[in-house]
Amino acid sequence: MQGFDFWAVTEYSDVLLAGMAWTALLTVASSGLSLVGGAVFALLGLSRSRVVRMPTAFFVWLFLGTPLLLQLYLIYFGLVQIGIDLTAFAAGVIALSLHFAVYNADVIRAGIVAIDRGQHEASRSLGLGLGQTMRKVILPQALRNVTPALGNNMIALLKESSLVSIIGVMELTLSAQRAISETFRPFEFYIAAGALYYVLNAVLELVLRRVERGTAMTR
Amino acid sequence: MIQVADLHKAFGAVEVLKGIDLTVERGQILAIIGPSGSGKSTLLRTINHLESVDRGEIWFDGMLVNQPLRGRRFERHVNRIRQHIGMVFQHFNLFPHMTALENITMAPMLLKKTPRREARELAESLLRKVGLLDRIDYYPAQLSGGQKQRVAIARALAMEPKVMLFDEVTSSLDPELVGEVNKVMKQLAQEHMTMLIVTHELRFAADVADHVLFMADGVVVEEGPPAQLFRAPAQERTKTFLQEVFK
Repeated sequence: MQGFDFWAVTEYSDVLLAGMAWTALLTVASSGLSLVGGAVFALLGLSRSRVVRMPTAFFVWLFLGTPLLLQLYLIYFGLVQIGIDLTAFAAGVIALSLHFAVYNADVIRAGIVAIDRGQHEASRSLGLGLGQTMRKVILPQALRNVTPALGNNMIALLKESSLVSIIGVMELTLSAQRAISETFRPFEFYIAAGALYYVLNAVLELVLRRVERGTAMTR
Repeated sequence: MIQVADLHKAFGAVEVLKGIDLTVERGQILAIIGPSGSGKSTLLRTINHLESVDRGEIWFDGMLVNQPLRGRRFERHVNRIRQHIGMVFQHFNLFPHMTALENITMAPMLLKKTPRREARELAESLLRKVGLLDRIDYYPAQLSGGQKQRVAIARALAMEPKVMLFDEVTSSLDPELVGEVNKVMKQLAQEHMTMLIVTHELRFAADVADHVLFMADGVVVEEGPPAQLFRAPAQERTKTFLQEVFK
């Protein structure tokens, strides 16, 4: 039996930290886009027009009903066939964004529906249009109310971002694998990568709690 | 200023307005009273088209409110009219994610492109008027009911409306907070603001209004100056209502 050697990890710390940075970048970019996308899907899904609502529902159903891994393959390898040649990072961000936008949309839609009708009426009575009312009055409140749920989705996104390793983005998981292929020490490096994911998540949670506390008074 | 003619409105099979006529002159203060379910709130809400109507006409300042326009054009038309009609609600409906200041300045900044500084000065003067200048940076959650309602009045006034609609604005207040809101409304009355007030508070109506309209079951049963309507009602239905309330 071979003993554990965690010193090997320190020799590859630059590789792991670079991977961690890519994971952070993937998460931040995809979270941001998935929030915007989620809000858009939520609004489209609440549209009064069937012509808008039905395709949105179909799209949401499609992305909810298929695995992220498959979506990733389709976007990275499949789109090339129709001339869309994305970098692995771009494909990863797009897949993660769309996948989680669909989850966020559900949460945001529930948040919008929960806002009291009186808010809408007060805004409209001042002369604001439907779009202005959504942007200034309804959405800000809805998003605040669903911050915890959206936060959970972000934490899930951070972890799921490891899937992007299979299309070759040198994020944390793939960085660990690279180190393992040179050192043959899977246990040490997977543990190390796990610890780094944990650190990223702790930071994310800290940020989310800040946001939640900052908006407590405004509810 | 406001003219309503033969207004009909039904919610499904329930007819809530059965042919309402009313006229409000500039500077006039009209109180609308009547039992719950009489349609008085609905009537008020049709004037700025928070409720659509089935039949009849609503004229505001020479413009037909319920124009037969569709889609975006109707939206634009109605948004323009609403800018001139302030409304205050029973449940305040302040925007909880904005401070008192932001609640007041949002609409003028967004719709009239009022510069931030000017909007702030406007908000300050309005908050001074309702006695809440020291609460300018408070969020609604930090205010009492009476304070919320006064901020809501300031918010409506910030658009410099030609008419103010008050929909049972003291009904959800603790009794000891009613006075402060009534005081602000009385002050507006003295400044000759045109006001339509739906209220359960007959004493206040008698005190501040120069015309009172008694509604029941979707029709105007009786109207007239408060002295006449409260002291010598002509209709049996009005008498019973007043007796019930003042019992």
